[in-house]
Amino acid sequence: MGRYLLRRTFVLALSLIAAGLVLFVLLRLLPGDPAAALLSVGADEAQIAAARAQVGSDQPVWVQLGRFLSDLARFDLGNSFVSNQPVLPEILARLTVTLPLTVASFLLAICIAVPLGIIAAVRADRWYGTLISTISQLGIAVPVFWIGILLVWLVAIEWRLLPASGFPIDGWGDPLAAIRALILPVITIAIVMSASLLRYVRSATLDVLGADYLRNARALGETQRQALIRHGIRNGAVPVISILGIELASTLLGAVVVERVFTLPGLGSMLLAGIQNRDYPSVQGVLLISTLLVLLIGFAADIVQRLIDPRLREPAGAAR
Amino acid sequence: MNFVPRLALALGAAIAPFASPVLAESDPAAIIRIGSLYEPQNLDNTAGAGQGINEAFNDNVYEALFRLNDDGSVVPVLAANHSVSDDGLTHTFTLQDGVTFHSGDPLTAADVKYSIERVTAEASKSSRKKSLAPIAGIETPDDKTVVITLKSRSISLPYNLSYVWIVNDAATDITATEDGTGPYVLDGWKRGSAISLKAFDGYWGEKPKNGGATISYFTEAAALDNALLTDALDLVTTIQSPDALAQFEDPSRFTISEGNSTVKEIMAYNDRVAPFDDPKVRKALARGIDKAKLLEAIWGDRGMVLGSFVPPTDPWYEDLTAVDAYDPENAKALLAEAGHPDGFTFTLDTPNYDPHPITAEFIKAELAKIGVTVNINVITANEWYTKIYQAHDFQATLQEHVNHRDVVFYGNPEFYWGYNNADVTRLIAEAEEVTTEDEHTAKLREANAIIAEEAASNWFFLYPQIVVSTANVTGYPLNGLNSQFFLRGIEKSN
Repeated sequence: MGRYLLRRTFVLALSLIAAGLVLFVLLRLLPGDPAAALLSVGADEAQIAAARAQVGSDQPVWVQLGRFLSDLARFDLGNSFVSNQPVLPEILARLTVTLPLTVASFLLAICIAVPLGIIAAVRADRWYGTLISTISQLGIAVPVFWIGILLVWLVAIEWRLLPASGFPIDGWGDPLAAIRALILPVITIAIVMSASLLRYVRSATLDVLGADYLRNARALGETQRQALIRHGIRNGAVPVISILGIELASTLLGAVVVERVFTLPGLGSMLLAGIQNRDYPSVQGVLLISTLLVLLIGFAADIVQRLIDPRLREPAGAAR
Repeated sequence: MNFVPRLALALGAAIAPFASPVLAESDPAAIIRIGSLYEPQNLDNTAGAGQGINEAFNDNVYEALFRLNDDGSVVPVLAANHSVSDDGLTHTFTLQDGVTFHSGDPLTAADVKYSIERVTAEASKSSRKKSLAPIAGIETPDDKTVVITLKSRSISLPYNLSYVWIVNDAATDITATEDGTGPYVLDGWKRGSAISLKAFDGYWGEKPKNGGATISYFTEAAALDNALLTDALDLVTTIQSPDALAQFEDPSRFTISEGNSTVKEIMAYNDRVAPFDDPKVRKALARGIDKAKLLEAIWGDRGMVLGSFVPPTDPWYEDLTAVDAYDPENAKALLAEAGHPDGFTFTLDTPNYDPHPITAEFIKAELAKIGVTVNINVITANEWYTKIYQAHDFQATLQEHVNHRDVVFYGNPEFYWGYNNADVTRLIAEAEEVTTEDEHTAKLREANAIIAEEAASNWFFLYPQIVVSTANVTGYPLNGLNSQFFLRGIEKSN
């Protein structure tokens, strides 16, 4: 396990550097100059030159790259071009919105998808099994922003139960207000996420139901329910967990859309504003931190799988 | 944080008997919840914060020597007295007594000098830096007196000083904090979300009619409208489309007001390059587009058609829509005269946000009728600035120009549209050096007439300035000149 951890950490660091380089190049391929975001109609030549010097866009790309890499090596994500404030604290502040949003949506989606997915598989021959499968198919087809808009109209405008958008200005200072602000966004993401998750749980359960060990367990006198709980869930969980890792990662990135629909001050809105302004440090910072989170999620999913399934562990003393 | 609203309440109770009788139950401690689409990128108006900072802070958090009122008049604020020498080159200002910054420091002449120099400094991103260029030096003979000497007369000096925030000279970096003299202090700022302001207890002037404001920022106009509909806001500073207004038509719940903005939708040609260096071609294109129909398509029955770059809130406004009235037949004749009997083709660089793409499609259809082919090239706001404003690499472009009193751009041949008429350049330069407002207005009116006659650009329409509030909120500015939004007069009743 120790060697494994070491290897994974090394791969993780390499992936981050590679992601940073790709980001750096892609951002600079976009037309436009970051200095423009600081200026408005009326600025003269000298002001334009001063703004370009301030953001460093007057330097050759390789000089900018050198500065970027040396900052990165010191874990310094730099200062935003437009706000002139350090990027990292801003990202951490935004994570207090995006992380609860993502994690809560993820947990809610699991709570919906796992039981319904198992029912849909075990009762595939009943009408409600088919109904669950059909609805999940619909859920996959519907775009997430549409569900968001629909929920806003129904729950916030028609019923006046929850706020239509926004997040309290003092953040989690008033936890109840913060939670109320997140309920609709969480439901929006969870609906879409649970639809696709449900299908994975269903097919994993179907695979397990056809497995020899389950037939043997039933032959030894266990009911189907007992057999599923004792042997099925653990076996079925292995493929589902790797999917969960991917789903969690894509939810984190998909939060961009939902944050925009609900005007939440999270990472997604920071990313969009950064791209519009060519605010390279903000965009690089957000994407690097989300890349790191995605890699960590994959890492965690891998570890959990190894804990559940002994076959994935390296044999003692084996040199792989 | 808790005791301030209560204190404001006590103060409010003390002045309540003198409040307007119409809104007897107006709550002087009320926090006005405002929704806006223009989030400032930082809190310093000389550091590229964008128009949102003027909306939030001008005359609310920071005051200036003068104020541009909502009706276009310029009045003294921190300047108690202003005198000008006979040659017009020395302006002496006496400061108001008893003014303190939010940090508690008293206002001194040194702060004023520091504040003006912030705008004219090399690192300043202020779009108004150029208009303060006539300043030769600033002296502070004593704590209450500021003497500005000029290289040449500048009739607009008080106006130009109205957007110079007076900042405490002890405050070095104000990109994330503030230290002004205004009736409100910054209470909180959550980036991507909101700014909150609360009434400043030590304010030198009349107390504001509310306890503060929270300005929430939205990226989607629909989300902004929803927030007002669901009582999460009291007021929305700008409505982006007339379709959205239908949901606020119930007068028992909402008030819709329409004022004059200074936002002008125009097609600017690159007047340096053929065929747009020929006024006949430009006039033909002006006559070939039905502006009234365009305005109707975008704003319904709101806004107004323009005949020049000058909006009605500028003192030198004149209705010049008749100069190049819609006349496609005449447009074709003009094109033939200019040597383009079969028309020509040009590329229209179109910013990718509303209302430019729709406007571009409309122009394309209209100009096709007079034989001119338009290739629409969609670009981002950032590309617009880099490609068009900086590099002048374009044939024609669409843009909304937001500033008040900006016809002077036509007096600068280096400006992105490259309009170069010696008479106009001279008139605009002379206008600044006259001794009376009347002469100033007359010169600019004359220049504007030439610009319109030569169809320097194609001016389409002035955006309406639409503010929607809940019915219990009154006292807000209607015109929003230079994107300002004065909070102090807003009253909210229960």
